[in-house]
Amino acid sequence: MTALFEARGVTKRFGGLTALHAVDFALDEGIASIIGPNGAGKTTLFNVFTGLYQADEGSVTFREQPLLGLRPDQITALGICRTFQNIRLFANMTALENVLVGMHARVGLGLWDVLTHRPRFHATEGALMARASALLERVGLLRQANEVARSLPYGDQRRLEIGRALASEPALLLLDEPTAGMTRGEAGALMRLLRALVADLRLAVILIEHNMRVVMEVSDRVTVLDHGEKIAEGPPQEVQANPRVIEAYLGTRHSGGPRRRLAER
Amino acid sequence: MIRATLAVGVVALSTWAVAVFPRSILVFLLFQGSLLWVYLARIPRWLRATLLAAALLVLMPLIGSFNGYYLEVATQVGIFVALALGLNIVVGLAGLLDLGYVAFFAVGAYSWAIFGSPQANQIFGGGFPLAPGWFYVFLGVGLCVGAATGVLLGLPVLRLRGDYLAIVTLGFGEVIRVLANNLDKPINFTNGPKGITPIARPPVPFGLPYSEAFYFLVLLIVCVVVLVNRRLEDSHIGRAWEAIREDELAAQAMGVPLVRSKLLAFACGASFAGVMGVVFSAKQIFINPESFTFLESIGVLAMVILGGMGSIPGAVVGATVVTVLNLQVLKGFSLWLNELKNAGVTVFGMSLADLPTQLEPAKYERMIFGMILVLMMIFRPQGILPARRRARELGKP
Repeated sequence: MTALFEARGVTKRFGGLTALHAVDFALDEGIASIIGPNGAGKTTLFNVFTGLYQADEGSVTFREQPLLGLRPDQITALGICRTFQNIRLFANMTALENVLVGMHARVGLGLWDVLTHRPRFHATEGALMARASALLERVGLLRQANEVARSLPYGDQRRLEIGRALASEPALLLLDEPTAGMTRGEAGALMRLLRALVADLRLAVILIEHNMRVVMEVSDRVTVLDHGEKIAEGPPQEVQANPRVIEAYLGTRHSGGPRRRLAER
Repeated sequence: MIRATLAVGVVALSTWAVAVFPRSILVFLLFQGSLLWVYLARIPRWLRATLLAAALLVLMPLIGSFNGYYLEVATQVGIFVALALGLNIVVGLAGLLDLGYVAFFAVGAYSWAIFGSPQANQIFGGGFPLAPGWFYVFLGVGLCVGAATGVLLGLPVLRLRGDYLAIVTLGFGEVIRVLANNLDKPINFTNGPKGITPIARPPVPFGLPYSEAFYFLVLLIVCVVVLVNRRLEDSHIGRAWEAIREDELAAQAMGVPLVRSKLLAFACGASFAGVMGVVFSAKQIFINPESFTFLESIGVLAMVILGGMGSIPGAVVGATVVTVLNLQVLKGFSLWLNELKNAGVTVFGMSLADLPTQLEPAKYERMIFGMILVLMMIFRPQGILPARRRARELGKP
């Protein structure tokens, strides 16, 4: 049996730069983390997975369906949704509206239903609203439901982005540095939420994260990228001890460049 | 209670004032202001609805019987309200800057102008104009032709954003006007710069005068347009448009199909203009390409921006303010200055009659309009009635 999500030999080039080189990745359940120094190709990989970039080579399948060539909205409709490294909320819309937009792929209404306000419309709108409220409560933003996204504090914006992504009822959630800029306490709370979501919604998660404490604590498996190539994969402790990983992060003794620090915050 | 009485009083008083001074522009402005005041006043909803309905359905035609020109102004306002609401979908909600919007208005206008006048004989040989009753069918035709043109424009510009989109739509608007100007040969479709006339007017029930019939027709269409606008805005479709405006890439990643949503925005916006084009051509009896210049597109855009982008009441108020400003206030101002000039009034010891002709009041009109726009953008950039995020009742989880 093939995995829920599987990528094989994904290669992506930008002009002369090979951002990803023959990356394999597979996930069935639980939380998998992707780590690596800045510019390793982590976000590029996400962009390939979600259809924002087209891979030059390789294949990506989700529930045995090939994803390459599909548009981002089609991939979302299949059940993969994501958040962004630099938060990309709909800034002038309320938290509630942000979540409602996230449900777009699941709204089974047409133009005619909307214009005529048939009973179907009211029933669907009501159901959407109820689900949106439940989601906001889940990510702890119910009280801020009617506040404009732009005015929310940073941590709330991060959580709202997760809520918005969950609104599309994904089976696979891709989180791009969800704890960036959070305090240790906030990051811990977010990870507990993530664990609970994985358990309750039978959600598979791929996590890009720089915060090693979070990665080691929450991941079932860790994949390390460096210069667009996968250099290690395995359980967190194993990867942590891998010499190639340490080299990628700390640099070799003779490399002379500025040392990349293993983010121990 | 006091507010309610006051609201009724203000509307009644201003109507009475118009009846007494049917020639005074200021008094008519007072009447319009009173309607805005009623709309904004904190009075019960039913009272507000009743007052506005009474004012638009009864008082306005009544005022028209004192001074027919006011009814003409009101009809024009209605036409531009529908145009502004259409453009509001494209620019205000979906954030697609369209500088050639009047093209859709032109397409609608020409569709009835050609078939509702002997012009179609030049194309098909004979049998035209169509019976006036066809006008009502052509309201639907105008809608479809407008929407189709909207999709036609939308397809090539889907990948464009911001400045680039604006330039292409501007070009599109000009293409339609130039086509109208030049499609008189080899086959005479549009009769070129000479324009088309006479365009048939629709049969009117109850023997209403044409001016009132058109007023009510425009009012009816505006009501439908407002209703459609509100329903779209309050649905997943409207939310998707706003999401595209806010962040196109994120919207697509959240499952919003960009192509379909954008085309729908273009088609909806254009269809309103198409319908109003049909009404416009029948009302004017005569149309030529001069009615559909770039300046008209900019005028409608100014209405949307002045009123408040993405706001339905804003588009209505913006369209009213700009139309009334152009048709009445600035013209009135020019007339007044001219009267002063002819009366030989002196200001600071200088006789106005000595004013060089370059400084004739009629030439200030555009300048004053421009200055008002600039001042608005500096002091109230969000518009007169900006879009407000509604607080919503949350469903029970």
